[in-house]
Amino acid sequence: MQSVQTDVVVVGGGGAGLRAAIAVAESDPRLRIALVSKVVPMRSHTVAAEGGSAGVIRTDDSLDNHFDDTVGGGDWLCDQDVVEYFVAHCTEEMTQLEHWGCPWSRKDDGHVNVRFFGGMKVQRTWFAADKTGFHMLHTLFQTSLKYPSIKRYDEFFCADLIVEDGRVQGVVAIDIASGEFHLLECKAAIICTGGAGRVFGQNTNAGIVTGDGMGIAFRHGVPLRDMEFVQWHPTALPGTGVLITEGCRGEGGILTNKDGYRYLQDYGLGPPDPWPRPKAMELGPRDRLSQAFWHEEQKGRTVSTPLGHAVWLDLRQLGAAKIHERLPMITEVAKVFAGVDPVVAPIPVRPAVHYTMGGILCNGQTATPLKGLFTAGECSSVGIHGANRLGSNSLAEIVVFGKVAGEEAARHAKVTGAGKSDAARQQAEAVEKRLLGLLGKDKGERVATIRDEMHEAMETGVGIFRKADGMQAACAKLVQLRDRYRRGLKLDDRNRAFNTEWLSAIELGFTLELAEVIAQSALHRKESRGAHTRLDEFKERDDANYLKHTLAHRTGDGPPRIEYTPVTITKSPPKTRVYGGEGKKAVMT
Amino acid sequence: MADTRTIEIEVLRYNPEKDTEPHFQTFKVPFTHDTSVLQGLQYIKDHLDGSLTFRWSCRMAICGSCGKMVNGRPELSCHTFLRDYYPGKVRIEPLNHFPIVRDLVIDQTDFFNNKLPSVKPYVVSKESKPLSAGTFLQTPKQFHSYYQYSQCINCLLCYAACPQYGLKPGFTGPAALALMHRYNADSRDRGWEERAEILNAEDGVWGCTLVGYCSEVCPKHVDPAHAINQNKVNSTMDYFGVRKLLMPKGGA
Repeated sequence: MQSVQTDVVVVGGGGAGLRAAIAVAESDPRLRIALVSKVVPMRSHTVAAEGGSAGVIRTDDSLDNHFDDTVGGGDWLCDQDVVEYFVAHCTEEMTQLEHWGCPWSRKDDGHVNVRFFGGMKVQRTWFAADKTGFHMLHTLFQTSLKYPSIKRYDEFFCADLIVEDGRVQGVVAIDIASGEFHLLECKAAIICTGGAGRVFGQNTNAGIVTGDGMGIAFRHGVPLRDMEFVQWHPTALPGTGVLITEGCRGEGGILTNKDGYRYLQDYGLGPPDPWPRPKAMELGPRDRLSQAFWHEEQKGRTVSTPLGHAVWLDLRQLGAAKIHERLPMITEVAKVFAGVDPVVAPIPVRPAVHYTMGGILCNGQTATPLKGLFTAGECSSVGIHGANRLGSNSLAEIVVFGKVAGEEAARHAKVTGAGKSDAARQQAEAVEKRLLGLLGKDKGERVATIRDEMHEAMETGVGIFRKADGMQAACAKLVQLRDRYRRGLKLDDRNRAFNTEWLSAIELGFTLELAEVIAQSALHRKESRGAHTRLDEFKERDDANYLKHTLAHRTGDGPPRIEYTPVTITKSPPKTRVYGGEGKKAVMT
Repeated sequence: MADTRTIEIEVLRYNPEKDTEPHFQTFKVPFTHDTSVLQGLQYIKDHLDGSLTFRWSCRMAICGSCGKMVNGRPELSCHTFLRDYYPGKVRIEPLNHFPIVRDLVIDQTDFFNNKLPSVKPYVVSKESKPLSAGTFLQTPKQFHSYYQYSQCINCLLCYAACPQYGLKPGFTGPAALALMHRYNADSRDRGWEERAEILNAEDGVWGCTLVGYCSEVCPKHVDPAHAINQNKVNSTMDYFGVRKLLMPKGGA
């Protein structure tokens, strides 16, 4: 096994990982950085984010507004001290990206423009047409090439962490091209591996979004926090789940049911006019909009398509010029994947799993309880999203906390001595032996069989609306699936070089455990809050008992142990979430 | 589903641990109106042969992972559809001009580790402006002079289309040269002098013979051929030493 000495290993080459790596390099150019990613960094799922990234710049906006929108949007499950730090640093990071060349969309006077997003009082979303994630990611990747201390390990699959003497001492990674194992010894590691959307069948996420980093941290005893809070994006294409950005509604698009009726007015988001109006109707938060779709479907008022039920996202009133300027990718995506030109016809859309609000437990400085392990981005639970993430806060999160993670890991690495190489090597060899063991089974099920049954169990039992019996059934099914997984999968591919079936089998091990954590965390939360909404006797928010974070601890082969910890409230005591209501028509920019 | 039909997909196979040379294998795959070529490959992997190896990720034509030769033409397999090849077969091969790692997976390290970094694809500025001073201004004209060239997703279809790259692997190539132009043309950038050596070299813009197929296959309408040919003008001015005189930004 090849062994490399580094100071900081960053796992994941998306926006958070790249921002973290740059921050380490800028903190101290002498630190040796290994950037490990199972895909070439610009393939990471940040690339698919569309609508934009939050940062207060308008004179009629304020950090307090951003704070209130975020905390209210999160149904008061956010850690408010962390949200205060976050909103105070978003604009600086957006500006940093601008200095690095990000092509933010601008007004005619040359200043950066901002658009509306759901649950937002004032326009606050920086955007690069409807390819914001793509431009942020390429800007970060290309900028990272300036720093010689960042050594990339592209298409290296992170297999495990090495923990010795209670601290992280290395990362074991598989060079995908050859199938060879490498040990990257380190003083600090930063996990930036994104969410776990592929736990569900219908999702907006790339195939790589399998929660590897969450799974690895969890197996090393780091709790996963608030995993029951899974965001359904209200507008994805039926069938494929391809994302249709909230920016469509931010620019003035409307949602109608099969009768052409703007149904959101029936779900506490109206009145429909004047339109557009901030925090009302189509500019409501994602949890409410996805829930409204579910009700419309129950009432038989959705449109039947060959790929399932849908509603219409209608952009026609924006006109061709604005659609082509602001939403070019959506136009292309709708044409190619749905056969619809949004200039002349509405796009069929429905909710799909989009984002993992919970994640690896860390403090406001991105440190996990495991010494030397830091985390940032969707895989982390730093505390800003609560029970429902506000659109455009996740792109801001990856750069704000990616930077913090890089600086903190650098600081930690500089005061930490070298680890025990012999012990690290022994552990790494054990990891190699265990994972190579997956390759040799002559009997067992196919990866796709267990994966598809997991999807079915999660969609059925732990969906947009939840009931105790459905969640219990999902939990029981996951116990069974994990057991079948342990008995072994039969792989057609026994080779080492670029064996993606083998990697899928390893990923499936992570997603199965995460599915169980999501289902168990959901079952235990006996209230409705944000994206976790129950139809049984727990339909209301219960602050007396559940204004708390869920912590899931691994217990080995069994279901996780669930505990609760307090939420940090600094200045905004819980109130009722209010959207819709009378208001003036917004002046669009 | 009612409109399910069956198509033959012929895939190039190559396993470096077993095969001395590549060969083709044919699979019968069910498909409907909206099944992409990528989904056809995924069907094979899930149900017929788990050892079939190919890259993919976003399946919405933005990550750039899934480029393949589809019936001889470089395409993103996620936004190419089986219906368009039926009732004929569809033949899928790895992108032309790259070494094969396995099956449909090419070795792309030359682009990511050599060619792309060589053009310094990042803002090179003379003096740094503090973040507290805010963003730079860019007029619509300044913005549009580079914006199109910032759309490259690094999918490498243009390299598979470029006959020059096939003949001379040292050629910097369409995507990297388009990205060089993207930064040279950005009003925030002052790096054209640092990039000039690569641009003016025989393997730079002069390596291009104006075939233009790169722009034809580009799924994001970047038009690398146009970027390259604009820079032949700049390179000529460099040769005569007049670019700095005529165009202080470098003529982007």
